[in-house]
Amino acid sequence: MSATERAEMAISAHDRTGAAAGYRPGRTLRLGVELRRQFKRRRTLGVFVAMVALPLILIAALKLGASAEAQANGRVNLVDVATASGLNFTLFVLFAATSFFLVVVFALFFGDTVASEAQWGSLRYALATPIPRLRLLRQKWYAALVLSVSALVTVTVVSVVAGGIAFGFGDVQTPVGLSIPQGSGLLRLAGIVGYLAVHLLVVGTLAIWLSTVTDAPLAAVGGAIFTMFVFAILDQVEQLGSLRDWFPTAGEFAWTDLLQTPVDSADLFRGVVQSLVYAALFTALAFRHFARRDVTS
Amino acid sequence: MLPGPRSGARFLTAVLLTALSFAALLVVAPAAPARAAEDVTTTDATVPSGQGADAVELDTTLYMPSSATADDPAAAVLIAHGFGGSKESVAADARDLAGHGFVVLTWSARGFGRSTGQIGLDDPRYEVADVSTLIDLLAARDDVRLDGPGDPSVGLTGASYGGAVSLLAAGYDDRIDAIAPEITWNSLTSALFPENAGIVDADTVAAGPVSTDAGVFKRSWAGLFFGVGSVPTGDGLLGALTGGSAGDGTGVPDESALDPGAVTQALTCGRFRADVCAAYQSAAATGTLTPEVAAVLDRSSPAAVLDRISAPTLLVQGTQDSLFGLGEADANARGIAANGTPVQVVWYAGGHDTQASDRVTADLRDRVAGWFGTHLLGADPAPGTGGFSYPAPTGLVSGVGSVQDGGQTVTAAAYPGLAGGDPAQRTTVALGGMTQPVVTPAGGSPAALTTVPGLGAVTSALGGTTVEIPGQFAAFDSAALDVGTDAVGAATTTLAVSSPSGTATLFAKLYDVAPDGTMTLPAGLVAPLRLTALSTDPAAPTAVPVTLPGIVHRFEAGHRMRLLVSSTDQAFALPSTAAVYSVGLPVGETSIAVPQAPGTVAGSGGSARWWVLLAVLAAVGALGWLAAKLWGRRRDRRLSAVEPNGEDVPLRFEGVTKAYNDGFVAVRDLSFEVRRGQVLGLLGPNGAGKTTSLRMLMGLIRPTEGRISVFGHAARPGAPVLSRLGSFVEGTGLQPHLSGRDNLTLYWAATGRPLADAHLDEAMEVAGLGTAIDKRVRSYSQGMRQRVAIAQAMLGLPDLLVLDEPTNGLDPPQIHAMREVLRSYAQTGRTVIVSSHLLSEIEQTCSHVVVMAKGQKIAQGTVEEIIGAGGAVLVGLADEADTDRAAVLLAGLPGAGPVERTEEGLVVDLGPTGRAAALSALVAAGIGVDQLTPRRRLEDAFLSLVESS
Repeated sequence: MSATERAEMAISAHDRTGAAAGYRPGRTLRLGVELRRQFKRRRTLGVFVAMVALPLILIAALKLGASAEAQANGRVNLVDVATASGLNFTLFVLFAATSFFLVVVFALFFGDTVASEAQWGSLRYALATPIPRLRLLRQKWYAALVLSVSALVTVTVVSVVAGGIAFGFGDVQTPVGLSIPQGSGLLRLAGIVGYLAVHLLVVGTLAIWLSTVTDAPLAAVGGAIFTMFVFAILDQVEQLGSLRDWFPTAGEFAWTDLLQTPVDSADLFRGVVQSLVYAALFTALAFRHFARRDVTS
Repeated sequence: MLPGPRSGARFLTAVLLTALSFAALLVVAPAAPARAAEDVTTTDATVPSGQGADAVELDTTLYMPSSATADDPAAAVLIAHGFGGSKESVAADARDLAGHGFVVLTWSARGFGRSTGQIGLDDPRYEVADVSTLIDLLAARDDVRLDGPGDPSVGLTGASYGGAVSLLAAGYDDRIDAIAPEITWNSLTSALFPENAGIVDADTVAAGPVSTDAGVFKRSWAGLFFGVGSVPTGDGLLGALTGGSAGDGTGVPDESALDPGAVTQALTCGRFRADVCAAYQSAAATGTLTPEVAAVLDRSSPAAVLDRISAPTLLVQGTQDSLFGLGEADANARGIAANGTPVQVVWYAGGHDTQASDRVTADLRDRVAGWFGTHLLGADPAPGTGGFSYPAPTGLVSGVGSVQDGGQTVTAAAYPGLAGGDPAQRTTVALGGMTQPVVTPAGGSPAALTTVPGLGAVTSALGGTTVEIPGQFAAFDSAALDVGTDAVGAATTTLAVSSPSGTATLFAKLYDVAPDGTMTLPAGLVAPLRLTALSTDPAAPTAVPVTLPGIVHRFEAGHRMRLLVSSTDQAFALPSTAAVYSVGLPVGETSIAVPQAPGTVAGSGGSARWWVLLAVLAAVGALGWLAAKLWGRRRDRRLSAVEPNGEDVPLRFEGVTKAYNDGFVAVRDLSFEVRRGQVLGLLGPNGAGKTTSLRMLMGLIRPTEGRISVFGHAARPGAPVLSRLGSFVEGTGLQPHLSGRDNLTLYWAATGRPLADAHLDEAMEVAGLGTAIDKRVRSYSQGMRQRVAIAQAMLGLPDLLVLDEPTNGLDPPQIHAMREVLRSYAQTGRTVIVSSHLLSEIEQTCSHVVVMAKGQKIAQGTVEEIIGAGGAVLVGLADEADTDRAAVLLAGLPGAGPVERTEEGLVVDLGPTGRAAALSALVAAGIGVDQLTPRRRLEDAFLSLVESS
């Protein structure tokens, strides 16, 4: 299709749908624009600063606390080998951040999307622009994903680099003495970040659903975090048995399987599929609700 | 390609489809090894077998799949149960196989369950002959496929006791076409009197020496083994251990009747045959292998008949098995493969010590069903099944925060060392250590505790470390390993031993020592050595080659291997005289050879499912894209529907009603039109439905009924025609953290329209903020925010501008300027809609007005018409004394209404009389008039309209 033809069709489309010249639904709220809007917010910058700060604080803590009594703790876990190498330190950071810190970050970026616009009152102008509703939510979804995953990647990269400087760029040492060479370790780390991104998508999509329901960003973010915590607590109740495998929080540490040699992907696969199901469900609920609701904010 | 707001829809569809497909995937995935769900009917029958005194009644159950008929006969499989079990122990396996379409026959072996007779320990004359009887039975059925007359197409499987009978029967009855013996023995002599001194010259990974005349009596297991059979009630521990269920509660057998000799035998030998019972009692009492005992055990051992087996054999053996170790299956594999018979070997995580997980059990069932499918039905083997598979070795412990134990399987093309397979590879690891004295205590006590029969390694069973008694062992360590080293099979090494008496009983073990010193004995397995003809001189010890137990274990990097040789073990019969041996490593041969079996690793399910997931994602994406494209076309057509005079009527409400779920009706049956170039005022008190109407027009709220069209197009949410609309409704909607300028530019950027179309400078001029435009909105006054918001509404010079209470919060000069802006805007041919609750505001700004109250339209027309319609005036008198006179005079005017006295003055509806006429009448009457003004306040006009409607 030549450029002229394209232009002609655009004009005819204008005639047909009554849109203003130059208006194309597919060009509204492009991802770059939405990201620009988000990066003008201090909240966004604050999260990224925290992502850089967290590894640095942990390095300082590990350096200070490297006393004899800290070694006496008999439980074998990633903390014990956190200082073995930069990659080990990164694994420790991810392990420490998985159940709370990253949950909050994903809930914040996803939960803030629609509700904050509603709170400012800018949502109605965006919709009257018009940015088609589902497109608006989709672009917000993408932008939140980009921001959340960037935050996750930031904390990982900073951990690898800062941890490497502090503890050396060595091989991964697992708690049982298994060693993974650095190249393979980095590859597995990428897999871990990917898994975490998919898994945390559950809390993110839950938050974006709540964000379409409420006009208060705090309620959306808090509601998502609260739900995850409730499930994390229920997860401690042994009596629930295998029911717990179906929780949205199930498999949050399945990524540790990537440290095995050879990698056992059974739990990972289940975790990925289950997370995608939950994410798809919450996303569908969000879209359904947002498509139908009356915007009264 | 037509632009249309379909991208969002595409996403929604994709998301919904994804949810569905994933849900399906998740449901299907755990059930991946497909279970045929055939209807299975069962028939119980008692079958006579044997002759004369050895005649018994066998209790059988036939599992018949619905697919097996006389027209379409099926292959048959016999399932034998484990020691101490009955046909009920294998019911689940039978149903599973029958579900795969096999006719399955299970039976309780003689002496077990409801079958009569005595236990002959898989005696070829009795138990094995019974199998032939059962095969005759199958051959007579018309729904079982025959290979020849009286020769059905039949396979035989079973675990432990049932596994041995499978092997033996295959040796004695050549009608058997395939067998799958599980966790069973090759030589019962080697199993119960193991002797690990010596290295078998074989290429396989787990070959161990065969006990001939001597060995160390495996006291605890033998006692358990025999005890189960001698308990009169039959079913026992072993049945549970081998996966069987509790028995059917058989009562005390009949033979415990009146004969005192029979009573004695029943109490000491239970249901064992007398010769078997005597052999056990002899072995248990002396702990030595007498020729009589050996004769009984060898008769029951498949070792003797392996060269006769031509049925393809699948050997399943457990890695957690201190009774029948991997070496037993290795010996069977070598013996059968030597005939050229196809042999495959499966090792699984389980055995007599540990019950396999449900997943492993299911995998094994599938494997066995596949084996019979291949060799009875000629089906292709399932992909990924090799000649040899074993659980991927791990040295790992599970728990939160540490690395979890895996459930993976390593598969190799063939069992190493068998015909067609490469010989086993061995890695040599150097050991070090001085020659050490090893004490054996008198009476064999205290003794090391490594294994509890049926519970496996003490380490895992009790959560502690294995108990080694100080002084009773010699230890030889490797250096910390540089790389993780797998041991798959039986490692071999050589010791240098001397004993003052020339004999020694020793136990060799290969420990995994973690960097922190924790010792783990893989699978809790021990290699007993019964050594004779040793040197008595510690300075010139005898070199003793040793085969360690077959294990599957990974020695991680940083860990050490520790060869530990002890003098005692509680699981074995020990010499009762005290002695001190000297144990060391031979000069120049201080190493251990660890076997390995390279193969491909497949996790449970393998990597294929990731591709499936990817394919599902791609398919969902493609489907969603397609659906959205079709949906978008439809939407385009709908959006293109336009009323003929659309360009002249920028806005039209037709019977619009908005009722909320709670029953509140915000707008009721509202209809009006706005023509091009008009400035329309929407007038009404708060709560009249003005804002709701504007929100509906913006597509924020859906009308319950009626139609709103903008330039002839339906104004539904997100309709492209809304791009010709600029709006400012209820609140500024500015982002407080951005400057006014950023707010405007980012808003425009979000529309996706060219920057040149924005007319940003004109908008800035409307805002009139000067340099403040670059400050954060947070610092703005209400009026400044209001002006920025109105400027935002005017970006792109929309053809229809909708402003809700635009002058609220502005000071008088700004209000004046705003009115000018709106008026001149309308003069360009564009249309402006202003809502307000102030009549004066509407009067001064608008050309036309729609009056609303309680959600309904009350009046519509030009401003003059509306204001004229209510001709009330307020008459302020110069002198209050004239009030009465003036009231009379005004009331007397033609058509005038009643006169109302208020604090400000008299209020009267003049009706058709003009204000000028009324004024002249008053002046003519000499009444001083201070003011005469139309009552312009909304309340009055509104009230008069409400009253007249």
